[in-house]
Amino acid sequence: MSADGRPVLQVADLEVHYGLRRRRRRVLHGVSLSVARGETVGVIGETGSGKSTFARAVLGLVRASGGRILIDGEDVSRYSARQWRALRRRGVVQYVFQDPLRSLDPDLPIEESLIEPLLVQGVGRKEAVERGRAYLARVRLDSELFGRLPGELSGGQRQRVAVARVLVTEPALIILDEPVSALDSANRVGILEILKELRDAGVALIFISHDLGSVAGVADRIAVLYQGEFVEVGDARAVISNPRHPYARLLVGSAPTLRSAAASRAERDALRALLHA
Amino acid sequence: MTRTRSDGTATATVPAARPADPPAGQPPAVPSPAVPSPAVPSPAVAPTTADPQSAAAPPAAQAPALTVRGVRIRDEVNDREIVHGVSFELRPGRAVGIVGESGSGKTLTCRAILGILPAHFAVSAGSIEIAGRDIAGLTTPQWTDLRGSTISAVFQDPASYLNPSLKVGVQIAEVIQVKSGLRRRAARRRALELLTAVHLRDPELVYDQYTFELSGGMLQRVLIATAIAADPQVLIADEATTALDVTVQAEILDLLADLRERNGLALVVVSHDLAVVAQVCDEVLVMREGEVVEHGPTADVLYHPRHEYTRLLIAEHEQYGLDRYLADSDSTTDPDPDPDPEADPHAGIGPVAGEQRKELDDVR
Repeated sequence: MSADGRPVLQVADLEVHYGLRRRRRRVLHGVSLSVARGETVGVIGETGSGKSTFARAVLGLVRASGGRILIDGEDVSRYSARQWRALRRRGVVQYVFQDPLRSLDPDLPIEESLIEPLLVQGVGRKEAVERGRAYLARVRLDSELFGRLPGELSGGQRQRVAVARVLVTEPALIILDEPVSALDSANRVGILEILKELRDAGVALIFISHDLGSVAGVADRIAVLYQGEFVEVGDARAVISNPRHPYARLLVGSAPTLRSAAASRAERDALRALLHA
Repeated sequence: MTRTRSDGTATATVPAARPADPPAGQPPAVPSPAVPSPAVPSPAVAPTTADPQSAAAPPAAQAPALTVRGVRIRDEVNDREIVHGVSFELRPGRAVGIVGESGSGKTLTCRAILGILPAHFAVSAGSIEIAGRDIAGLTTPQWTDLRGSTISAVFQDPASYLNPSLKVGVQIAEVIQVKSGLRRRAARRRALELLTAVHLRDPELVYDQYTFELSGGMLQRVLIATAIAADPQVLIADEATTALDVTVQAEILDLLADLRERNGLALVVVSHDLAVVAQVCDEVLVMREGEVVEHGPTADVLYHPRHEYTRLLIAEHEQYGLDRYLADSDSTTDPDPDPDPEADPHAGIGPVAGEQRKELDDVR
């Protein structure tokens, strides 16, 4: 899986708190994870587990109260807001969120949205357009759609544009927060296939989702986030077919599958009791 | 949950025998959206398809709670048929699932059953009977009478069907007052019973809360409580668990199973996820572009899919879902070195070819 040793992302003992003084509460605790080139790590967590906070911390959008974050070997934990902005603009770390309509400017044709990051980096317009088209082809979108507005595309097409848009800066790491949750089965598979290709091309991916099932097909490793902590991190196959932590077991046991019956209600109730004990 | 009323009145099992509702119009909390129902044109078409439900069906003595026969739906503005004939029969305590991608017509079919098709859509052929009553030509007051008390629905986004400025308990109690004619105090008691029945941990507390104070899973339970408040015979759950966390989804599905067993509630479960339907339903309809491409008992559809599209849906699960690993762990306990194509339910499915998927993508 890991190609050339050095991880693109190293997170060690990350702590994040929200609120001040008496309202201060811990959102992430002792979170450690490293992601290598060409590796896909699935981060699974349900509502309130802290998964989006994790994404935001790695993007410098929330300040960590402890621990270290290294991106491409560089310690960014103490970066100022300005340094973070510069880092994000370089496009080394990119992100895709659930709702593609919101991550694309509704008044900007697809083409403009796509080449904007390149223009910001100082690439000439002609070259930017060429590169933009190449990435659109890579996510299997017709060049006919180039001049359209985001609102004129289907959800699946928009999500492809969003993926193409993060690709133009050739990031080393892409963080995807629920990228396929709003898509139907066929579009979901379309996006997952693109992600697999990216991984094979050496990009590191963090795939964040509440749904174990959507991550299972692409993740090399899975990290289960529960109440702000990684309660289980391991090989995807091992986590799904032999989960150890009660929460991971509950998660796997709750997921609907076609052939194997999910855990019985009694089993799930027992796991819940164990978690609340 | 019992069907006994706390005020001692006899429990009506046939909706027609219920006391007439006060003409109060649609109470705000009734989960079926308050879209005025267009008069459904009288379909003059006789039942077309034979009942595909077979051995699994209970004795014919039990009258179906819902019968859908050859229903076609037209978009009258664009002069286009969107749904090309859907038929199924649902008996009390049974569950039918409708699976299909967005735009397959599954939601329109449900809306037709509820009499809430969008403005310029109409049922152009076929018939729908709810508890033996043909819905064609029902008047708006008759619909209001029917919805909630005989047929009810839960949709994907619970918050938009509840009033944000009223306590949720009050909204449930209001439905009970209107639909079951109970007095305020009795309605409150019944609402608390319902909140308990949907496994909300602290019903008294939830009763006095507003929608913004509750999580998505709690809201969906409140909505289900509202939907079953007047003891309907049929509940339509349209992507009702799609937006929920997986562990919460499992609890909601358990709850629906309880209602089936205990109250004989008949369920229509609509989902884009075949696995959800597979876990809950006795029978599955697979829809694609307005067409029912496959219909049969769940096990048959899963293990012997006949239509290419059903195979694709199954293959997607096996390639990209949990089934990918869980199927593996099954095979370690039951090694099958020489799979017999007749015996292997998934023979010939294999990974979906890129071309095949591309074709489907192009259709979109």
